[in-house]
Amino acid sequence: MRTLLYTFAIIIGIIIYAYGFQVTQVDLDELGSPTRQESLRRILRALARPDFIEYEKEEFQVETPIYVPCPAGGAPASALDQSGPYMVVTPPCAEPETEVSVEGFNFAPNTEGPLNFIPPSGVSLQLGRIASDGSGHFALTVKLRDRASPEPQLLRAVTRRSIGGPRLSQNGIDTIDKILETVFMALLATTAGTILAIPLSFFAAQNLMRTVTSPVPSIALSILAAPLGILIGGQVAGWLIKLGLPLASNLAANGVGLIVIALLLMAAMRWLATPAETDPKTASGRLWQVGALLLASIGGILLFLLLSNLAVNVGELLTPRLGRMGFLGNFLTKLGEILQLLIVPICALITAGVLMNLAGQLGQKLVERATDQLGWLLNLLLAALAGAVLFLLIGLAVEWLYEIRTPMNTRIIPALVGAAAGLFIGLRTRYDDSLPVGLTIYSVTRTVLNALRSIEALIMVIVFAVWVGIGPFAGVLALGLHTVASLAKLYSEQVESIMDGPLEAVLATGANRLQMIVYAVIPQIIPPYISFTMYRWDINVRMSTIIGFAGGGGIGFLLQQNINLLNYRAASAQIFAIAIVVSLMDYISSALRQRVV
Amino acid sequence: MTNLLQIEKLTKIYPNGVRALDDVSFDVPKGQFVAVIGLSGSGKSTLLRCINRLVEPTSGRVLFEGRNVTAANDAELRRIRRRIGMVFQHFNLVHRSTVLTNVLAGRLGYVSPFWSLVNRFPKEDVEKAHQQLARVGLQGRAHNRADALSGGQQQRVGIARALMQDPTLILADEPVASLDPVLAHSIMEHLEQINRDDGVTVLCSLHFLDLVHQYADRVVALNEGKLMFDGLPTEIDDAMFKDIYGQEAKRVG
Ligand SMILES: Nc1ncnc2c1ncn2[C@@H]1O[C@H](COP(=O)(O)OP(=O)(O)O)[C@@H](O)[C@H]1O
Ligand SMILES: [Mg+2]
Repeated sequence: MRTLLYTFAIIIGIIIYAYGFQVTQVDLDELGSPTRQESLRRILRALARPDFIEYEKEEFQVETPIYVPCPAGGAPASALDQSGPYMVVTPPCAEPETEVSVEGFNFAPNTEGPLNFIPPSGVSLQLGRIASDGSGHFALTVKLRDRASPEPQLLRAVTRRSIGGPRLSQNGIDTIDKILETVFMALLATTAGTILAIPLSFFAAQNLMRTVTSPVPSIALSILAAPLGILIGGQVAGWLIKLGLPLASNLAANGVGLIVIALLLMAAMRWLATPAETDPKTASGRLWQVGALLLASIGGILLFLLLSNLAVNVGELLTPRLGRMGFLGNFLTKLGEILQLLIVPICALITAGVLMNLAGQLGQKLVERATDQLGWLLNLLLAALAGAVLFLLIGLAVEWLYEIRTPMNTRIIPALVGAAAGLFIGLRTRYDDSLPVGLTIYSVTRTVLNALRSIEALIMVIVFAVWVGIGPFAGVLALGLHTVASLAKLYSEQVESIMDGPLEAVLATGANRLQMIVYAVIPQIIPPYISFTMYRWDINVRMSTIIGFAGGGGIGFLLQQNINLLNYRAASAQIFAIAIVVSLMDYISSALRQRVV
Repeated sequence: MTNLLQIEKLTKIYPNGVRALDDVSFDVPKGQFVAVIGLSGSGKSTLLRCINRLVEPTSGRVLFEGRNVTAANDAELRRIRRRIGMVFQHFNLVHRSTVLTNVLAGRLGYVSPFWSLVNRFPKEDVEKAHQQLARVGLQGRAHNRADALSGGQQQRVGIARALMQDPTLILADEPVASLDPVLAHSIMEHLEQINRDDGVTVLCSLHFLDLVHQYADRVVALNEGKLMFDGLPTEIDDAMFKDIYGQEAKRVG
């Protein structure tokens, strides 16, 4: 029985491998065929001689006279200058179309070049090629051409000799240029990815999210508050930018405005954040605080606007004056522009966050105060409303994506379905039940991250190359997105494996969740975070070397071009550059990681 | 004497079905040093954690200074928690932070959330932290990393952290169980002193009966989540001992 099973397994195995050979077209004949061998030799030789360094050369000629045909009385002897390279022809004269042997001495070792026959017409005819040996000597036999003349004619060897030391070839320069671009692509992608991955990793950590629970009215109000916050935040930021732009257009006004607003903000902070929190706040105190907070946030937006404008202006001012260091000014400009771009989305997100938080608290209050009947009603109504809004938003996204123009299908029906789903949830839960929102957020985050992670950066870059054009920026975006997904996952696993004790201890002192994260979570995760970031940079350098194949810029782009042009010696330089940089990164990152952990 | 802490019919059933606390009720007057004893697994940690709701009780009530802990919302709970210091068996310091930061963490419930997030504390709090460190004999160690300290020192940092809260109650969950017996007395003496001089009520779970006799005013004994005994340490006779610790247990010391 057992042997039968084994036999069966072996047969299955053979079938699988046979099929594998079939589909992968394994062809040993092809491996051994002479033309293929020749190709292999060609590419290996090209790879072994990367086009990286060249010598500056000058053309250099050696001549010797020859008589065709032999004049009466033989060829006159000529003085032979043996101080430099020289050639000896034997015999010194011959009939047309006969062979003579040419010997060269004192040539540069290992050079080659054409050996030309120069008749009186001056049109040179190539007779053969010379190739000197290690001591600068060569010998070859050539057949003279049919050009008879009573005058002495010339044999001329043309070689090149290097003057000056080695220097980078154009390909070498391009290679270094692009490998640097590649390393910086990886650096930017890692930095941007890390910044986004850190907060995401908290949402993807089960131990932090498990304890986040909320009753239905709170959740429903938060869901309603989110789009509202995005709308309001985006709108207000837009207005403020319009308002602040005149101030920002002038460098002096910009600087002064920045200082004034910064000072005002600092004063407001001082006043707002009294060191000790008073016990239950009075209503008027609360109102004051909210008002001050609003003003402070408006000031904050203006501050960012002015700051970004200042960066742009100063950068533009500096770029032409810095000469070769102009890229520093350019960097400042770009930073300012990024900041400007970010103001609206960040504002929208923060407003949404604040509104969601307030809505959640409001929901909590309602739940605490409500009588049973009122609570039941609230639960139903809010859940239905939130469901309707949520599904409506999804419907609108579908409408936009697929360009559907039937509001019935994309608006009314989803809203009704959402309301029904909300009602269902509202009926199934009590208004003061705590639902595990944290776990829901955790699962959604995890799912999205996993989906993103399963798409290789090499494929993501195709989309980005269409969006922002082929080039390193597309590569940065693709690598960055992939970095966010994979780092957030790795980070969150680290968060999940931290010690619970300090978390409990900090919570037990009356700290809130954010304080717990800052005081108990972050100190514990710093070493693994640094280590994973470094590891990721290493991976990103690897990935960025080939991301150019799909339009992502960097050295891969150059490599692919050279391969397509069959310029294997040039490609070889890039392959070596990649190998060196990747192994260097590998070494550096592991050395640094060892030091941190 | 008024009751600082009232525990009424407290029951905790973990999701896996373990009934860790079973209808436990007792009151603790202000200023008492109460020892909680019982075999491991009898529910001591669960009891202490239900009091500040690190563990959510299944049913029953806890009143602290007359305030209902079990019904408190998030904000109220934080205000209650900041008056209840907690000392842990494994110290639960943040290893990579400095001793000072660990001690200052005791003020988190009081300070403005915003400034604390960027690690800024009022000057008085920093001074107070140094005073508390001096009180537990750790002056000069403020800027060491917490994991550079020995176990006994770490536990003293834990006590300093609890003291920063200006607590009226300290919950100590087997504070000496992972320390050498010699060090155990030094830690217990600190707790005793805090109890005696500051009038802080202490609820302390303990393993060894000799420590109970030496430091506690009163003993509460748990067995499989049930309250078996509530009285003076001297009232624990051999029969009672066997009820608490099981028939095979031998009384030593
Ligand atoms: N988080 C938990 N989940 C499930 N069961 C638990 C948990 N914590 C403790 N228990 C169980 O509850 C009982 C009481 O535990 P505990 O309060 O830690 O006792 P003690 O502190 O006296 O050793 C034990 O049976 C233990 O296994
Ligand atoms: Mg325990």
